[in-house]
Amino acid sequence: MVKRYFMVAALALVLAGCGSNVKLDPPIQGTGTDATATGQGAGQAGVGQGAGQSTVTQVQAGSGGVDSAGPAGVGRVIYFDFDSFTVKPTYQAIVDQHARFLQANRGRTVAVEGHTDERGSREYNLALGQKRAEAVRRALTLVGATDAQIEAVSFGEEKPAVAGSSEDAYAQNRRVEIRYR
Amino acid sequence: MKFDSPRRNTPSSWQRRGLVAALAAAPFSPAFAQFRVEVSGVGLTQLPIALVPFRGEDASPQKISAIIRADLERSGQFRPVDSAGQAMDETSRPDMSVWRQRAADALAGGSATRLADGRYDVRFRLWDVVKGQDLGGQGYVVPQADLRLAAHKIADYIYEKLTGEKGIFSTRLAYVTKAGDRYTLWVADSDGENAQAALGSPEPIISPTWSPNGSQLAYVSFESRKPVIYLHDVASGRRRLLANFRGSNSAPAWSPDGRSLAVTLSRDGGSQIYLISASGGEPRRLTQSQSIDTEPTFSPDGGTIYFVSDRGGAPQIYRMSASGGAAQRVTFNGAYNVSPSVSPDGRYLAYVSRTGGYKLQVMELASGNVTAVTDTAEDENPSFAPNSRLIVYATRQGGREALMTTTVDGKIKARLAGKGGDIREPSWGPFQR
Repeated sequence: MVKRYFMVAALALVLAGCGSNVKLDPPIQGTGTDATATGQGAGQAGVGQGAGQSTVTQVQAGSGGVDSAGPAGVGRVIYFDFDSFTVKPTYQAIVDQHARFLQANRGRTVAVEGHTDERGSREYNLALGQKRAEAVRRALTLVGATDAQIEAVSFGEEKPAVAGSSEDAYAQNRRVEIRYR
Repeated sequence: MKFDSPRRNTPSSWQRRGLVAALAAAPFSPAFAQFRVEVSGVGLTQLPIALVPFRGEDASPQKISAIIRADLERSGQFRPVDSAGQAMDETSRPDMSVWRQRAADALAGGSATRLADGRYDVRFRLWDVVKGQDLGGQGYVVPQADLRLAAHKIADYIYEKLTGEKGIFSTRLAYVTKAGDRYTLWVADSDGENAQAALGSPEPIISPTWSPNGSQLAYVSFESRKPVIYLHDVASGRRRLLANFRGSNSAPAWSPDGRSLAVTLSRDGGSQIYLISASGGEPRRLTQSQSIDTEPTFSPDGGTIYFVSDRGGAPQIYRMSASGGAAQRVTFNGAYNVSPSVSPDGRYLAYVSRTGGYKLQVMELASGNVTAVTDTAEDENPSFAPNSRLIVYATRQGGREALMTTTVDGKIKARLAGKGGDIREPSWGPFQR
C-alpha cells in the first residue's frame, strides 16, 4: 500500500517534469556520491540568456471614452447616502434638465457612471455602483430620455472622486456621474 | 529511471517524525527574517530541514538555496535549520552526525554551474538525516531567466518527497498594482518575485483569474471607460474581448474544463450571472433575480456555482447548479459575506466577512464550521493554491496594500514580495504542466 502510494507520487513527479518546457534532465540516479548526470539539451545552445518558460509578453492598453458637452451650467454628479440607491429629491432638478436636453437632442447619448466608496469587495462594489447607475437611468427615462440614449455602467470603487478613508471622502465617492458621449 | 526504495521513507513516517520534532512554533531565525513569515499558534508539525548554500550560487544571479528555504518555510510545513559553516553539493556524502546535532530531519544541497552557452546547470540532492539515507535528486539545465523556476521546482520536489503532497512553489500568481495613475497586471512566481508585466493601462484592471491550463488570464479592464472582460494569452500577449455588452461586464470565473466562464453582466438591467463560451458568443443567463447576483465561482467538479447575492437584503454567499436554477444560502453569520473561493479539493470555502472590519474566513464545507484566519481588517479577494494548502489574499498592512499567504488554519502567514505601489487582486494559478 505504502509502496504503491510512493510509486504513484514518483510517477506524478516524473510526468510533471517531462511535460515542462524547462530543460529537465533525468533525475540523478544512483546513491549520491557517484552522481554523474550531465546537462542535456545542448541543442538549445545560445538560449542561455534568453526567454525562459515563464516569459510574459507585455501589452499596453490605451484609454478610451470621450467627454462631450451636454447642457450648459447643469450639474453632472448625483450623490447617494450610505448603502442607498435612491435618487434624492434634491437632485431631481439635475435629472430633469438632463432628461430635457436628451429629449430635445435625440441623437445625443450619455454614459451614467456609478461609483461607490472603497469599503468592501471590489466586484460587489461594482454591482452596487451599477445599481446606483440604473437608478439614475430610470429617473432620466421617467422624464423624457429614452433607454437607447443611456448606458448605465459602473466603476465600483475604482475611480474615487476624493482620496482618503474618511466619512467625508466616502460621501463624495458614493455618486453617479453623467457623461456625454 | 530509478528511485530509492519506497520503504525507506514514506510520507506518514515523515509526518509522525515532524509531530515529535516540532514541539511548538519556533521563532524563525534572523537570517530568514527578510522573508517576513509570521508563525502563530502552538502544536505545529513542522519538519526541520537544513538547506546548505548551493555551490556556485554566489556567482549566479539567484540564491537558489534561499529561494528554496523561503518556499518551504512559507508552506508552514517546514522549519529551517541553520546551515552556517557547512558546505556540500549533490555529490557530497554529508556527515549526518553534524546535522543530527542541529536537530535537522532533512538536508538538501546542490550546485549551480554556468555553462558555456550561458545557461545554468542546477542540481541537488535530498537526504534523510535521521536514517542517513539518500532521498534522490534532480538536475535542471535552464536559461538564466528560469533560475528561480528551477529553485521552485527543487522546493516542489522536496515538499512532495517529504509530505507526500504536490508542492505549489513552481506555480504562478497574477496580481494588479496601482502606482500613480498607472495600473499594471503582473504575472509572478508563487513567492511574488520575478514579476513580469502582462498589461499596462491608464485605467483600472480588476479580477484577474487564471484559466485552468495556466496559459490565459481573464480580467476586467476599464480602458474603454466601462468594465469589459478580456481573455489574455500570457506568453504571447494576444488578447481578445470576451464580454463587451451594453452596461457592465465583470467578475469572470472559469469553468474547471476551461470551456466557458461565468460572468456578471448588466445587459438586461441589474447585475446578473451568465455563462459564456470561452470562444465568445451569446451568453446564457443563469440567475433571474431583481437583486445583485455577482462574484460567481465554480466548484472544482464544475457542477456548482457559488456566488454573492443581496436577495435576502444583504450580501451573502449562495450556491446553485452550474446550469442555473434554485439557490441555497451558504453563509449565515453577519450581514456582509462576499468574494467566495472554493479550495481545489472541494473541502473549504474562503470568503470575506464584515465583522468589525473585513476579515478572511475559511468555512469547512462539510461541517459548516467557520474560522477567521487573519487579524487584519481590510482583507480582500482570497484565492486558493492548487494544492488547497495555502490561500493568497490582499490586505492592508501599515497603511499600504499588501499580498499575504496564509495556511488554511491561519497559523503561518507570509507577506509576498511585490512591485512598488498598491498591490491587490491576487489570483493563484494552477499546477504547471
